[in-house]
Amino acid sequence: MSELTLFLVRIGFLAILWIFVLSAISVVRTDMFGARLPAAERAGKSGKKAKQPKAAKPRKGAPTQVMVVEGANTGERADLAQAPIIIGRGTDAAIRLDDDYVSTRHARIAASGEDWFVEDLGSTNGTYVGTVRITQPTTITTGVQVRIGKTILELRK
Amino acid sequence: MPSMTPFGFTHRSRRGAEAFLLVLALAVGIGAYLYVDLGVRGEFPPNAWLYSGWLVLLVLAAHVTIRLVAPYADPVLLPVAAALNGLGMAEIHRLDLAAGEDSAVAERQLLWMTVGIVLFIATLVFLRDHRVLQRYTYTCGLGAVVLLLLPMLPVIGQEINGARIWIHIGPLSFQPGEIAKILLVIAFAGYLVLHRDALALAGRRVLFVDLPRGRDLGPLLLMFGLAMLILVGQKDLGSSLLFFGIFVIMLYVATERPGWLIVSGSLFVAGLATIYALATYVPAIGKYMAHVKTRIDIWLHPFSYYGEGTTDAGRQLVEAMYGMAWGGLIGRGFGEGQPWRISYANSDMIIAAIGEELGLTAVIAILVCYGLFVERGLKAALISRDDFGKLLATGLAFVVGLQVFVIVGGILRLIPLTGLTTPFMSAGGSSLVANWVIVALLLRVSDQARRPLPDLQPTETPDDAATQVVKL
Repeated sequence: MSELTLFLVRIGFLAILWIFVLSAISVVRTDMFGARLPAAERAGKSGKKAKQPKAAKPRKGAPTQVMVVEGANTGERADLAQAPIIIGRGTDAAIRLDDDYVSTRHARIAASGEDWFVEDLGSTNGTYVGTVRITQPTTITTGVQVRIGKTILELRK
Repeated sequence: MPSMTPFGFTHRSRRGAEAFLLVLALAVGIGAYLYVDLGVRGEFPPNAWLYSGWLVLLVLAAHVTIRLVAPYADPVLLPVAAALNGLGMAEIHRLDLAAGEDSAVAERQLLWMTVGIVLFIATLVFLRDHRVLQRYTYTCGLGAVVLLLLPMLPVIGQEINGARIWIHIGPLSFQPGEIAKILLVIAFAGYLVLHRDALALAGRRVLFVDLPRGRDLGPLLLMFGLAMLILVGQKDLGSSLLFFGIFVIMLYVATERPGWLIVSGSLFVAGLATIYALATYVPAIGKYMAHVKTRIDIWLHPFSYYGEGTTDAGRQLVEAMYGMAWGGLIGRGFGEGQPWRISYANSDMIIAAIGEELGLTAVIAILVCYGLFVERGLKAALISRDDFGKLLATGLAFVVGLQVFVIVGGILRLIPLTGLTTPFMSAGGSSLVANWVIVALLLRVSDQARRPLPDLQPTETPDDAATQVVKL
């Protein structure tokens, strides 16, 4: 083993050592910045979940969203994948209704297995399925009209 | 509803970056090992494949464990520990080659590293939440004190090289102090989380510094007593400084009051000065403390204790200085130096041995690695969401940092040389195993801290005034 070779090996080893140190420092540097959230998620973040659990593929014909069909907010909708969905005037409601007859947290739509329920959260003016004021969680299917104050909601595919 | 991730910031898991750094760390470890044989014997070692394979397997096992049970843990800690461990083993192997055929300290070190990695994996797998440790605050404290006092017992305690810090059971010898330092950090963290308010708020102000109340000094005096007991009973200045230092630093971090640093710093210096004075002027009592005086004298005048006509007690330090001076900027290269001239070159003095053959360049790289290790530990403490985790991570990071400071400072004659191991590098099983457990604990704290918060969407808040049913 010639002296030159050994010298080069020594320089090479010191270089590897410092490449390791500098890489570690650069990992520390990039670690100062966290993950970038996708733009859509960031935009829709105020008041909603930052991250949704991946929904299982819905069965064919099962409702996928809840939509306001009558009232001041006609056309507003919420994805059922975010269930449970809170409906009311409050800022944390998934569907926010501008309706004086609606309470801050008025009703909730939740799933149990493949069925969907609407549940009154102790509102002042009540939640109606069809014409009946509900007192306990009530099953609803696609097209059944749920009345909250002056607003009517429906499950849609 | 408050945003789940403040400022839209979530930590990435960074396992890919860790894998990349581990490859480089293995290149350092295995490269050093091959270079040693190339330089000293002129050929590759016969067991190169076995050694490299074993090292790769250990690192891979640790990495896979992190991926499975601590996916958000810090990406830098494990590679830094692995690189230092590999480099240390290569240097130990180099000294084995110098010592002769039957010296196999490096093989033993590899086995201890295996034990260390197994315990590392066990810690990560079985300890899913570091806060569980808070329940065992006083158990850990008691265990640590018992472990620290064990070597002073007559039968199992053993005095090696002037320090009584080993215990001997059958064929196994062991330094209980290494385990005790982890237990002490857990105990301090648990204790300070509960009592820091009392320690932080009460006190009077003297010259811009808040001094603590006399009655709060109890735990400090207790630790001071224990440190002095270790110093006199076990003749070990290093451990004494380490244990007292951890306590003082954690106290300072918990209370944010520099008064504690001043009180305890002066206490320790006063203790040392008393012992030094006793050893100098009162030989009757002083003979139990002579080792402290010797250490300080060698530190101040190493060349008066070197060569013929003297006690030659300064030989280790002087040879280390000669070695590092001979090494210079890029070292002599493996096989070209004479690191065996330094006594205990493969344990306490390993930095000096590396300084001789790889030079200042490598020593600085090693010190930067330790700096990164401590920085990552403190970072985990900063972002940890619970106070116990913060104090635990701070304490563990400082154990490593302080140990490096005490031993490297001793070798470079910044402070009196005391026998402490260089974390991850020195030959010695207890220390290596304990340090791998420290890595596992730090990774656990950082995993908890960096993990994105679970989505806690409250589905019902009963105190919502507008929708409450009024019952009459």
